Amino acid sequence: MLRAEGLAAFRGERLVFRDLGFVVPAGGALVLAGPNGSGKSTLLRVLAGLGRLAGGQVLWDGADALDDPAHHARRVFYIGHLDAVKLGLTVEENLRFTPGRPQGDVRHALEAMGLAELVDLPARMLSAGQKRRLALSRLALSPAPLWLLDEPTLGLDTQAIARFGDLLAAHRSTGGIVVAATHIPLPIGDVSELRLG
Amino acid sequence: MTPSPQQPSLGRLALAVLVRDVTLSLRHGADSLAALLFFVLAASLFPLAIGPSPEVLGRIAPGVIWVCALLAALLPLDRLFGSDFEDGSLDQLLLSGMPAGVVAATKAASHWVVTSVPLLLAAGPLAVMLHLAPDAIPALLGGLVLGSALLSLLGSTAAAIVLGARRGGVLLPLLVLPLAMPVLIFGVGAADAVSGGLSAQPHLLLLGAMLAAALPLCPLAAGAALRSAVE
Repeated sequence: MLRAEGLAAFRGERLVFRDLGFVVPAGGALVLAGPNGSGKSTLLRVLAGLGRLAGGQVLWDGADALDDPAHHARRVFYIGHLDAVKLGLTVEENLRFTPGRPQGDVRHALEAMGLAELVDLPARMLSAGQKRRLALSRLALSPAPLWLLDEPTLGLDTQAIARFGDLLAAHRSTGGIVVAATHIPLPIGDVSELRLG
Repeated sequence: MTPSPQQPSLGRLALAVLVRDVTLSLRHGADSLAALLFFVLAASLFPLAIGPSPEVLGRIAPGVIWVCALLAALLPLDRLFGSDFEDGSLDQLLLSGMPAGVVAATKAASHWVVTSVPLLLAAGPLAVMLHLAPDAIPALLGGLVLGSALLSLLGSTAAAIVLGARRGGVLLPLLVLPLAMPVLIFGVGAADAVSGGLSAQPHLLLLGAMLAAALPLCPLAAGAALRSAVE
């Protein structure tokens, strides 16, 4: 269970949000909504342990989550605006060399996002949407219970969005939590919404 | 829900990052060769500029090789974290379960493997070309092995500190070169001592002591710098 209390964070010199609180139960999904610049990405980075919290605390199963960032990182899978795709590596190598990736079936993960035919292609040949799919296919390899997704469906076609929805559903059915910032409705049901800004 | 028990160990995580960086540097062969070619070309300019006199060249050879190696090792530093920072991989590295200091140490190790090892291999033939006394060559290379590891640690720390700064590439040598001066002095001193009939041991021991101090301190500083860079 993820619980946040009284969160406040700065971006640069500006306070982007304060007194933010929410609870997401195991298997739950929280969508962050709000206009551009309202702090959705900042909140996701704070929850991942990358951003600095100006106030409040994040609790995981009742214990302070952010006091040991390296330990918290093992609970988290974060996908930001950037795809973290290395253009010099092939599609398969990009997955295989994902930092911290535990042993898993790379081909299976690529199939989950419909990239099976592209395994040996250098990543520099991929389109923007295909790179995004590659970034999302890492989710299929991740045993982390907390997924933090920043505009995950950006550039995806409808078929890929449906596949992504299957990944989310499988994750939630094992008790995983999803927190996503998005302007497009996610392809899953039963989500709570947190409005920022 | 607790983190999965079959999390890979720190050593395996670090090794995977090292293998990734070496693979990438082999794919971008031109970038990796640039430092080596710079080293060889810059050192080859000295006989042309100073003249082919073996006595003069032999006398300045350790200094020439050390300065050229130092400058060549600086060349790839701004891409060490820069490319990972720009494509989002640095976020993933910091979220891989490795403490930031281990991430920094791993990147320093990959700088050493990718950049310094080729320089070390080229340093021997260059020393012969510059007529360095044959018995001084092992001292020169021994000093370079220790010194290049130190330079990778100092350089990766500076690279982490300037990450995200405007004109970081210009700032980087200004940060590294003053810190590298003691390394240069004792590194050249080791080879000069042997040429002068003395033992290289004190110089090498001092380099080893500096390396022993830098080994824990530089990754700690670099790790803290990486954390603040992604904030």
